[in-house]
Amino acid sequence: MMDKYTKLQMVGIYAAITVFLIFILLPFFEMFMASLRPLEHLFRSPYQFWSDDFSFQAYSDMWETVPLLGRYIFNSVFIATAVTLITMVFVVPAAYAYARLDFPFKNGSLAIFLGVNMFTGAVLLIPLYRVLRSMGLLNTYWAMIVPGVAFLIPTGIWLLRSYLEKIPRELEEAAFVDGASRMYTLRRVVLPLATPGLIVVGTAVFIGAYAQQFLFAITFNQQRELQPLPAGLFEFIGYQDVTWNQMMAAALTGILPVMLIFLFLQKYLVAGLTAGAVKE
Amino acid sequence: MGELMTETTPASGHTAALQAAGKKAKSLPEAVFAWMLVGPAMLFIAVIVAWPLAETIRLSFMEAGLGGEEYVGLANYQELAESRRFHQTIIRTFYWMFLSVALKLVLGLIGATLLNAAIPGRGLFRVLVMPPWIIPMAIGMIGWLWLYNGYFGVLSGTMMSLGITDKPFEFLAYKNSAFYSAVVADVWVGTPMVTLFFLAAMQGVSRDLYEAAWVDGAGRWYRFRRITIPQIMPVIVSMSLLSAIFTFNSFEIIWILTEGGPRGATTTLIVDTYKTAISNFKFGEGSARAVIIVILLGLFSLIYLNVLKYVNRKYGTR
Repeated sequence: MMDKYTKLQMVGIYAAITVFLIFILLPFFEMFMASLRPLEHLFRSPYQFWSDDFSFQAYSDMWETVPLLGRYIFNSVFIATAVTLITMVFVVPAAYAYARLDFPFKNGSLAIFLGVNMFTGAVLLIPLYRVLRSMGLLNTYWAMIVPGVAFLIPTGIWLLRSYLEKIPRELEEAAFVDGASRMYTLRRVVLPLATPGLIVVGTAVFIGAYAQQFLFAITFNQQRELQPLPAGLFEFIGYQDVTWNQMMAAALTGILPVMLIFLFLQKYLVAGLTAGAVKE
Repeated sequence: MGELMTETTPASGHTAALQAAGKKAKSLPEAVFAWMLVGPAMLFIAVIVAWPLAETIRLSFMEAGLGGEEYVGLANYQELAESRRFHQTIIRTFYWMFLSVALKLVLGLIGATLLNAAIPGRGLFRVLVMPPWIIPMAIGMIGWLWLYNGYFGVLSGTMMSLGITDKPFEFLAYKNSAFYSAVVADVWVGTPMVTLFFLAAMQGVSRDLYEAAWVDGAGRWYRFRRITIPQIMPVIVSMSLLSAIFTFNSFEIIWILTEGGPRGATTTLIVDTYKTAISNFKFGEGSARAVIIVILLGLFSLIYLNVLKYVNRKYGTR
């Protein structure tokens, strides 16, 4: 058959995948190894790959060194979830309008949305700081949620729009003929059909929101209890000594919940993207 | 918004209500309805992005700091135009972008091809490739920071035991090695997303095409070159430009690894902007740099849209 590989080809494919995965997973492996080493050992020279004094001690000590660690992990997931939900509330109607309706300045306004993709928060940090201050949002969860939403709306519209375009028009037209209003059609006909697409776009937005918390957190929030994990991790630095092993342990523990969520959703993500979100 | 459709409807059964609502809603012009849907998102962007952007442009004509503001006209821009260091930063930024994007595309294409092969275990491999994309960048960079360390990192350790160097090598301490080390870390962050999108595109290619070519005796390499690549070309183009914009603006990676050092070797435009505006409180000069970034990326996205249009016409996606 066409898909059959010779033994040699199989070996080649697996070898190549192994090399690829080593590159991808090496930093995680290194963090794990560092988390197992006692602190005195970490700075021992020359470099030793393996040694007998490995232990999981750091994984229990870290909660005492940084008492708010659990809170940071929670904050990270909480902020990303809030950003995702709010972003979707803005994205769904707008994406529908761009996929289906005809209106003045359609292309112009879509170009403006996409133009936002060209900035990162880093360019607009100073005025953004002033905007958030004048709205009284500094040092609250909102200071990290609001900019996150703004920078993810364009991506969300872009991805969901191409998904919605794939849904057959006939169903909506049938609803129209039956006398359903536009809003009713959107809520009761289009949204249920678009659920797989909503999951894909929602996951992509969540990943974006989760991965990019650091900058907004260190700039717009001074409240320690509200910090997300990436900012909170830097607390392991700056006490009497840097407890690198605990920092690594905390980082790995902290990303675990989201890795598990992703594990459940990744099937939809790959399948959803295949369904057409990228064919633009 | 439910009130909109029901306010004048007599309570005369579900269907009647629907029909009445339908008539009323149909009198709602499409354009008005569309802007009701787009409006909230637009307003949000206007407040959080457009207004700060306008403010950035205004500040770029000011000498501004913690003390106050003073209009200086084009002085900030003139200073940048004459600064050799700034020219080098622009060149470095484009070099950074092209190198990193090229590597991401090549690796993404190889990765997607491997993960698309019909072999046992590919479901697992697909999951294992994703972590760099889904974890916070700052956390991934802590891992790389450790990897690049001369005394504790596995890279330097392995090089020493292989006899490549005889003393610990600090990857981030020398100009060249720091730059390329940052590129590698950036490629590491960006590759999974590119891989995933290429993989999705490859799975969208019709099997009939491959089978027809296979029946005609076309080999794997031929099928890859003549079917896969042309079929996924639109995605390659859109990903390469999207990824170019991300890479151009990539801040956290460089900031955590090197803060733009050593001696400016990893200072890209975005890092330069942040350093000037946030670290040194020179808001005016920082804003001028930000405006230049926006202009350069604006030009870039114009090219993006035109290339996309050309490719879509040539390969006809839909």
